[in-house]
Amino acid sequence: MRVEGGIRFIILSEIVFPILLLIFGIYHGVMQVLYRAGIIKADSFLGIDYYQGLTLHGVINAIVFTTFFAVAFGNAVVLYLLKKPLRPAVQWLSWILMVGGTLMAAWAMFTKKATVLYTFYPPLIAHWTFYIGTVVLVVGSLIPFFLDWIPNAISWKKENPDKKLPLAVFGVFVNHILWTIMVIPVAIEILFQLFPLSVGWVEEINPLLARTLFWFFGHPVVYFWLLPAYVMLYTMLPKIASEKGKLYSDPAARLAFILFLLFSLPVGLHHQFTEPGISNAWKLIHAIFTFCVALPSLITAFTVAASLEYSAKAEDPSVRDSKFYWWTRLPYLRLEGDKWLFSYFFAGLVLFFFGGITGIVNASYNLNLAVHNTAYVPGHFHTTVGGLVLLTFLGMSLYMVSKLRGTDVKFKGLAALAPYFWMQGMFMFSYAMMVGGALEGFPRRTNAGLTYLNPDSPLYRPEWVGYAQLSVVGGALLGIGFVLFLVAFFGTLLSRRVREPQIEFPIAQAYHDAPTPVLNNLKGWTVAAVLLAVLSYIPPLYDVTQRGVFYNSPAYNEKFPLPLKQIQQTEAETKELSMKEGN
Amino acid sequence: MDRAERNALTIAVILLLFFFTLIVYAAKGLKIDLPTCITDVQPFKEGRLIKHAPDRYELHVVARMWYFDFNQGSTEIEIPAGSVVDIYLTSADVVHGMHINGTTVNLMAIPGTVNYARYRFEKPGVYHVVCHEFCGVGHQAMQGRIVVR
Repeated sequence: MRVEGGIRFIILSEIVFPILLLIFGIYHGVMQVLYRAGIIKADSFLGIDYYQGLTLHGVINAIVFTTFFAVAFGNAVVLYLLKKPLRPAVQWLSWILMVGGTLMAAWAMFTKKATVLYTFYPPLIAHWTFYIGTVVLVVGSLIPFFLDWIPNAISWKKENPDKKLPLAVFGVFVNHILWTIMVIPVAIEILFQLFPLSVGWVEEINPLLARTLFWFFGHPVVYFWLLPAYVMLYTMLPKIASEKGKLYSDPAARLAFILFLLFSLPVGLHHQFTEPGISNAWKLIHAIFTFCVALPSLITAFTVAASLEYSAKAEDPSVRDSKFYWWTRLPYLRLEGDKWLFSYFFAGLVLFFFGGITGIVNASYNLNLAVHNTAYVPGHFHTTVGGLVLLTFLGMSLYMVSKLRGTDVKFKGLAALAPYFWMQGMFMFSYAMMVGGALEGFPRRTNAGLTYLNPDSPLYRPEWVGYAQLSVVGGALLGIGFVLFLVAFFGTLLSRRVREPQIEFPIAQAYHDAPTPVLNNLKGWTVAAVLLAVLSYIPPLYDVTQRGVFYNSPAYNEKFPLPLKQIQQTEAETKELSMKEGN
Repeated sequence: MDRAERNALTIAVILLLFFFTLIVYAAKGLKIDLPTCITDVQPFKEGRLIKHAPDRYELHVVARMWYFDFNQGSTEIEIPAGSVVDIYLTSADVVHGMHINGTTVNLMAIPGTVNYARYRFEKPGVYHVVCHEFCGVGHQAMQGRIVVR
């Protein structure tokens, strides 16, 4: 399907812009393993501080890249499947807000005015541009959903009253509904707590309330990253595996998306298991819901495996009666057509298998005491968001760029190998982080090279050395994998056009299909999801506001162990004094 | 939904229920539970180690940028092996974390609130305590030691 000029530029730039930033985000990922292993024993390297780089690594990789991709992918999928033009005015407005917001936040981070990490950590406080930039980015990412996709879906429904909304569009919609709900609490935190504190309108905030509001957003957001990957697993992977491939079951896919919509939200307290001020009864209830949200992933594991089995057997009938040999018929490393894309999905799925299991460990209430805030946690989520999510996003970015530019994928061999380098690197990195964290207590978010991993320091902890060194090897492989991808990506982006630019996706038909009127009622499920989320959060919000809503912590910045106000006062007094002396 | 699908779903549900039963047993049966909301202790300003009996201690920890105040400014304390310690933790400035490596004492320190855990230090040795939550430029040096004799 052809795409007209403006929209084509918007979708393309929504892919290329975050990948340019991602180069820096991943560069600092590699730097961090060097700092942590004591190979760099310093506060900063090449002008970027460790914790500043950690902030950039988190914000760029987890928020900017994922949000831009979700919007670009949503635009392309909705356009291709509903065959209705997108509105240029809406798209430009969204583009300007997203790019503008990102640049605001990036300015604050690059000028060291926002070293608060991506989870904000009040009462540490950043420059207001960091907070407002984030809000503007998020608002921009919601505009296409409300002003473009929903109206297009309504008019599509009028023309096709007896058809189901295409599964990929259904998944994209569930994802953006979730996104809309989850940004409300974090917007409240930013607009009523962090921003006023940052510009000095209020003197104090309640940090525990801020944390609770943040994690109301901070766990559902991982499903906002994951669901576009699930959309691809369900609707595209079977077709990439084989031209004759089919999705095993369409109703099961829709059920999984609805379960995500319901159970993604009432789970945030599992990030606060070790925090004071919240009754552990509510923590246990959120742990139950977190187990519920594991269910759609287990359904997906079955459906994806069954779809791959169907596809492999359709491709090669000689394995039709075999229970296991169909595994050998999948295109693990093949270059004809779009088969290179399979490597990204397969490597991602292998990593995600471990991501799912280790996620259940995190969610397991008291088991969390053994792993909370140790290196185990980044070890876990680098196999989910840094595994399946990143690999499918990168693969699909390259695919969409080649279609939208009308070019062939260049350096296809490198493109197909990159995810395996990434997978191997991530295995080593995550293994080192998880074992070092869970068994030896190696903490996360710590510039350990200065103290714990420095043999000259009195704080030296030799038991962490092996894990830190293994994570360096993993980090190096991850870096190599990403460079291979970049060669293919920019080679494809900048090569000569050989075809008419167009948008198209390999969409698989369903093998089992049935009408699903109950599951398709997105409005009803949205109301149910909001109710469940609100109900599950009333008691903890009551707990954390018992000592007052706006009470008890003045602002700090990361450099001084004194409140910011006090430092500014002392500075002003010294200035006055020196001026008097000058007179 | 065909038979294979139904089986997969059933197995998934049973597996999760099994895990969850074990968790609840560990929490309520074995008493390995998470910190809860306590309102009877006001946030304190100074770290103190109080001896109630030869093997019963109360430890008030103030986490601050960038050290743990275990006992009137000291970042190291000594207790006899087998002691049961009631640990109360608060923060004097920003959010900190306190993990006694090798134990299940893993607590967040949040200004304005008090966190609590009880632990029996059976084995003699040095227990390293690290701050595991980002708290500023000195975070990687924020630590303490509990020496069990």
